[in-house]
Amino acid sequence: MQSPAEQQRRSIVVGMSTCNIASGSQEVFDFCRSEIDSRGLDIRLGSSGCLGMCYSEPQVQIIDADGTRHLYERVQPKRMRQILEQHLIGGQPCEKWLARLDSGAAHDFCSKQRRIVLANCGRIDPESIDDYLAAEGYQALQQVLSTMSQEQVIDRVTASGLRGRGGAGFSTGLKWKFAYQENADEKYIICNADEGDPGAFMDRTLLESDPHAVLEGMAIGAFATGATQGYIYCRAEYPLAVARLQKAIVQAEERGYLGKNILGSGFDLSLRVKEGAGAFVCGEETALLASIEGQRGMPRIRPPFPAQSGLFGRPTTINNVETWANVPWIIRNGAAAFAAIGTDTSKGTKVFALAGKVKRGGLVEVPMGTTLLEVIHDIGGGTTNGRQVLAVQLGGPSGGCVPATALDTRIDYEEVSRTGAIMGSGGMVVLDDTSCMVDVARYFMDFVQNESCGKCTFCRVGTRRMLEILTRICAGQGRPEDLPLLEELAYKTKTTSLCGLGQTAPNPILTTLRYFRQSFREHIDEGRCQAGQCRDLCSFEISADCTGCHLCLVNCPVNAIDGEKQAKHEIRQEACIRCGVCRDICRFNAVVVGPPKGAVSG
Amino acid sequence: MCAIDLDVVNEIVGQKGRTADHAIPILQEVQKRLRYVPREALARIADLTEMTESQLFGVATFYSQFRLEPVGDTIIKVCHGTACHVGGAKGLTEALENRLGVKSGETTADKKFTLTSVACVGCCSLAPVIMVADDRTYGRLDMKKAVSIVDGLEGVSSAESG
Repeated sequence: MQSPAEQQRRSIVVGMSTCNIASGSQEVFDFCRSEIDSRGLDIRLGSSGCLGMCYSEPQVQIIDADGTRHLYERVQPKRMRQILEQHLIGGQPCEKWLARLDSGAAHDFCSKQRRIVLANCGRIDPESIDDYLAAEGYQALQQVLSTMSQEQVIDRVTASGLRGRGGAGFSTGLKWKFAYQENADEKYIICNADEGDPGAFMDRTLLESDPHAVLEGMAIGAFATGATQGYIYCRAEYPLAVARLQKAIVQAEERGYLGKNILGSGFDLSLRVKEGAGAFVCGEETALLASIEGQRGMPRIRPPFPAQSGLFGRPTTINNVETWANVPWIIRNGAAAFAAIGTDTSKGTKVFALAGKVKRGGLVEVPMGTTLLEVIHDIGGGTTNGRQVLAVQLGGPSGGCVPATALDTRIDYEEVSRTGAIMGSGGMVVLDDTSCMVDVARYFMDFVQNESCGKCTFCRVGTRRMLEILTRICAGQGRPEDLPLLEELAYKTKTTSLCGLGQTAPNPILTTLRYFRQSFREHIDEGRCQAGQCRDLCSFEISADCTGCHLCLVNCPVNAIDGEKQAKHEIRQEACIRCGVCRDICRFNAVVVGPPKGAVSG
Repeated sequence: MCAIDLDVVNEIVGQKGRTADHAIPILQEVQKRLRYVPREALARIADLTEMTESQLFGVATFYSQFRLEPVGDTIIKVCHGTACHVGGAKGLTEALENRLGVKSGETTADKKFTLTSVACVGCCSLAPVIMVADDRTYGRLDMKKAVSIVDGLEGVSSAESG
């Protein structure tokens, strides 16, 4: 987006989100800067957030004088030099590196998406309020403050059917109404940006790519509920998101969209960023409140709900980043437009962080009602090596693993819950047949037992016992009585824990036991891990499909592979550490999992 | 251990405030300036604020961000998020443990590097990922690439190679 004065000026826009930077976009940006300066080019150099197409980062957009956008993928400085010379100086786009939106990977990735929340991500400069304003930014707030009453705003959000995107799915309008109805000298509004689920990065990307949308949503919510103070509780692990939020708040205050007497309406709102300090449980709303108050982040009993007695004992409305970002769109386009998207009970879109063994990983926004299969196959392009999808992990440690046979499940709060998983905040990790479901269950149990705050006995001790059992099973020391014991512990942890963390902590175990019991049995009864992940229960062998290409031999971290070029290779079992690199890298699927062959040397 | 300059604590408390809701920002700033939170600093904060030393100790030990022991000059974090886990994060940790001659969570004898693991850095589409010195993220790694990144860091001694 450019201001009118710059309309005719050509631009280079470099993706500068954490994921882009990790892929090398800073080098590309610096290269452009020095080339533009040294050659004296009349080209504007800008930056954007993430387009969601993380699989082809770093990305650079070239905007021609007539406003046409070209998206270049996987741009390194060397490629950038050619784009600069051929496209910007020579006027001929470099077709081979362009993402085409009419066919091919980028088309497949984008065509089934519907972007409401991510509409601006990657298209505007997140550090420029002018860019946001040019994209209808703060129009919803203006509309609310000049034409709507608090009740009208709440009614519109309620009628839209928007439900909490943090995972629980409670009606946002209803939540606002509860806080609105309270009488208090002070009310608070909070954005929960403590994105703690491993495997999730929706909030990070949104805050890095379009921070003003979240601020605008919060301002609307504050007006509706009567709050004048607010916090954005953001993970400290997201330094770029924190920096951009802080910058956005300053800009919004300067322009009168935040602060005292907003847009001359008499409404005040002061927003502050509060950095978390690394505790998963603080994603739970009462723990989050304790953390802002400076205490250990321990959840407390509800009721009273935060809407009645929240931060410092005052009525408080807490919504997730994605929920807030939906609000301006609903105000601008009306409740009916939003409610027209989705299923009977789940309206609008949902953003997912698609990752794991998937070809095109990134940030995906689809209408509710889209099936998991469509997201993984059509948008994500299936698995990385064309292997079989084994399961998809939804909702992180509170969620579960949906097996390949249930991928026709539609994205809908109720339908996803019926699989035993949860919608969650949007983590979607694809697992292929090289993933061991027992190991995945152990992984999540390790996570939750570490993150349990320790208040409730079963969450504190029960998760630890479950982890010990799973660790034993993965080491080949499982016992027949382990499975019923796991189920009993899981059930008790679920029913005797105070907060969402404990109540949902057993979900990964319960879903894997439900869908992949056979895998547990193989570990316990046969001492084998067919997926090749539990090192004491497997070995790797090279089959007759080997072409002798040397790829595994060169990449083996312990040099345990021998073989002449173009002759079948062999793995020296006594040296092998069962890391599986050879299998992952083999292009002929010639590395296969065999039975265990003694202890691992490494 | 050499004496710690606790004047910085007075300065921080002066900036942030004395009430309980400033506990976390104060500890974060102390760690930023001193690179860890020494026990002596907790005592000093308790002297200067409305909080007791035991409350502060409770907060400092509850949140994983706070380190109560000194760390190496450069912290290398291996991400163990879900996508990184299924992408081979365990192997990266092992490879870096061998390279640096320490276990995860430990600091090299020359105090140059601390190797640790984190729950998720939110770069799941680039898994597996490591983060160096809090500001450099490297993605799409395998064991060899991870080791070569560490090889390229300043101050890595070749003798540590395992």
